[in-house]
Amino acid sequence: MSAALSAFLQSQPGIPLFPDQASSVADKVDALYFYLTGVTAFFTVLIFSLVFYFAIRYRRRSEDELPQPIHGSLKLEILWSVIPLGLVLVMFFWGAWLFYHIRRAPSDATQLYVVGKQWMWKIQHPDGQREINELHVPVGRPIKLTMTSEDVIHSFFVPAFRVKMDVLPGRYTELWFTATRPGEYHLFCAEYCGTKHSAMIGRVVVLEPTDYENWLAGSPAGETLEQAGARLFRQFNCHTCHEAGPTSRGPSLHEVFGKRVQLKTGGAVAADEGYLRESILQPNAKVVAGYEPVMPTYQGLASEEQVMQIIAYLKSLTRQEGQVPQP
Amino acid sequence: MPRVHYLNADYGIRSWLLTTDHKRIALLYLGSITLMFVLGGLFATAIRLELLTPAGDLFESENYNKLFTMHGVIMIFFFLIPSVPAVLGNFLVPMMIGARDLAFPRINLLSWYVYTVGGLFTLVAIAAGGVDTGWTFYTPYSSTYSNTNVMLTAVGVFITGFSSILTGFNFIITIHKMRAPGLTWFRLPLFIWAHYATSVIMILGTPVVAIAIALVGLERLFHIGIFDPKLGGDPVLFQHLFWFYSHPAVYIMILPSMGVISEIITCFSRKKVFGYSFIAFSSVAIALIGFLVWGHHMFVSSQSMYAGMVFSILSFLVAIPSAVKVFNWTATMYKGSVSYQSPMMYAMGFIGLFTMGGLTGLFLSTLATDVHLHDTYFVVAHFHYIMVGGAIMGYLGGIHYWWPKISGRMYPEPWARLAAWIIFIGFNLTFFPQFILGYLGMPRRYHAYPDEFQVLNVLSTAGASILAVGYAIPLIYLVWSLRYGRVAGPNPWGAKGLEWETASPPPTYNFPETPVVTEEAYEYYPKGAEAEVV
Repeated sequence: MSAALSAFLQSQPGIPLFPDQASSVADKVDALYFYLTGVTAFFTVLIFSLVFYFAIRYRRRSEDELPQPIHGSLKLEILWSVIPLGLVLVMFFWGAWLFYHIRRAPSDATQLYVVGKQWMWKIQHPDGQREINELHVPVGRPIKLTMTSEDVIHSFFVPAFRVKMDVLPGRYTELWFTATRPGEYHLFCAEYCGTKHSAMIGRVVVLEPTDYENWLAGSPAGETLEQAGARLFRQFNCHTCHEAGPTSRGPSLHEVFGKRVQLKTGGAVAADEGYLRESILQPNAKVVAGYEPVMPTYQGLASEEQVMQIIAYLKSLTRQEGQVPQP
Repeated sequence: MPRVHYLNADYGIRSWLLTTDHKRIALLYLGSITLMFVLGGLFATAIRLELLTPAGDLFESENYNKLFTMHGVIMIFFFLIPSVPAVLGNFLVPMMIGARDLAFPRINLLSWYVYTVGGLFTLVAIAAGGVDTGWTFYTPYSSTYSNTNVMLTAVGVFITGFSSILTGFNFIITIHKMRAPGLTWFRLPLFIWAHYATSVIMILGTPVVAIAIALVGLERLFHIGIFDPKLGGDPVLFQHLFWFYSHPAVYIMILPSMGVISEIITCFSRKKVFGYSFIAFSSVAIALIGFLVWGHHMFVSSQSMYAGMVFSILSFLVAIPSAVKVFNWTATMYKGSVSYQSPMMYAMGFIGLFTMGGLTGLFLSTLATDVHLHDTYFVVAHFHYIMVGGAIMGYLGGIHYWWPKISGRMYPEPWARLAAWIIFIGFNLTFFPQFILGYLGMPRRYHAYPDEFQVLNVLSTAGASILAVGYAIPLIYLVWSLRYGRVAGPNPWGAKGLEWETASPPPTYNFPETPVVTEEAYEYYPKGAEAEVV
């Protein structure tokens, strides 16, 4: 029914009333939206009708008219608390269930990296293609974006996909989607980010798989992200401490990604992208047990995009060591 | 008209600027916030004109950003928050409880001076070139990146916060200690319950936004790393602090208007309110639960998914007491004696628009739909239905209802009804299209936008021009009525409540002698008459 309604709304000529549905979650979000709209319309009509009806039916007919007082009704109070409560609990559980789905990327998603800055979007593909304010993706494949900002808070928003996630300086956030329909869709920055906020827009181009392969082949790629990361790993001399055998000053980074790391201060932390980023830019924040806080910061030396490349390389080290590869 | 009343008891500018009479202070506030409303309205007009066309062709982006920032700052901190409490609350809280004045008259005057000083800082910030952070002051943009007058504006908002703290504190003590003999808690008009709940929020919430703004200042001036990650801070921390106040602040803006509506509906239905204690306690419930829902502004901010779920369900819970109020108001009209004088028109408009505003809030409490709708025009439409459709309709309803009491004169009723209709129609035409724009995905705070959104934006701007006419009309006839209006007499509406038992305008000390209360609120049906009818 959601599909029929949205198709009807989209087919209206003239004023656009409804956005494109171009991701695997779009019709699910729309179904929930129609439920909410239904409840809203019902109660709006109910209240308007009652107010109008009472205003006319019980209009003052003479100046000395004095209606009987009605103190209230416990039954009615309970009724009009419990029915709305039931309706909103449906909204809550439905919304939370779908939110969980929208937030948890499938494990087989292809990972792309996004850096937002005033006022553009910079995107890196795993094979090394780079785009600005454009994102080419194939139909039907889950795409996961790992995102950060170089300056203020931005927000990555693709209305046709019904997904949005803030892009923050100083940390990674994630957003995933599976595009379902080829076409071009708006990419907006949704979080106010300064003067040219409304120009921080772009387009997401969804291609059929073959067209996508052609696009990949036709775009200058150079090194893959992993290769670039490996080069930077040498260039920044990371290897002198992290690959120097048993006496090295820093922990080996093989097989580190995705593991739990024991910290010098006690406790443990999951070595995800966010932890690796922090350890490059603020190395003394969470030092690995058994090592001294001697690493210098790479803040200002490595750009956010370079940090992402190094992380891509570090992740590949885990895969090469015979871990379960991420398919 | 009485020969001597609070308006002519004393003459000269000093008698106004040094007054400790709560009624005169209410009028000082009325003047100040009306000026601020006009200013904020001019900014709104400029915004709507820019959005007539998709290209950003009327203003530079930087100036457009300043316009919506200053519209928000002025309207929220300098109009909506003080509107009903500082004007109508100031005037009526003592009168409704049979007191001579508020508990601390000089602190009451101080609150107006604090408001004025805060307002001047903000006006100077505007004159010096404005500020472009959005009224939300999100970091690190506000603390590090913006090159506009953030500090002046922040100081203005910081200072003005203290005026609401002072007002809230004054109301709470007054309501506790100065009620007339016989006026028990459950005989209080619902207007008083609403103001009590509002005062609690003002006292508990405002210091937190003051702290948040002060921290932005520390980071901006001294580069102490609090919010900017480059300095070691956490940008999301600011959002937590800011919304911990600014979500409850929404209830500061709407609860007093709800109190106004309870008074008007009963008077013009000539009937006891339906479910008195449910309306009274729903105000308290809104005030308390309202403190626990701030995270619903942050579902896509990187806040934990599970925190989002907790904030989502709490936000749904706060919707229930609001729904209860709407049902009770509607039920009050049932078998009443309903007349359609202008205050009632505003009240009925409030019920309709607040219902829509509240219900569309559910879309934003629902996690999955909020992901799509967050920071789009849907949010803009939703909160304008609450703030303009709700709070301002309530404020205007209250001004029309108590104007005879405040001024001693009646305004021309046909004009007042016409204005109410124009405002209702103009409002809906302005903001309803924005719901559709929001679901289509148009982000808020966009200076330029894609072409396909133009038709709906043109409708919205057309509505805004009607709305502007609707707001201008009362401004004219209310001023006109001060001199030419028919003399109102003490109780032109045949209303219940202590404020109607004294002269209009009231004497400086409100009541010739302390009234004694022997009945519940809204006893339109005289005791004893019941037996005869049955």
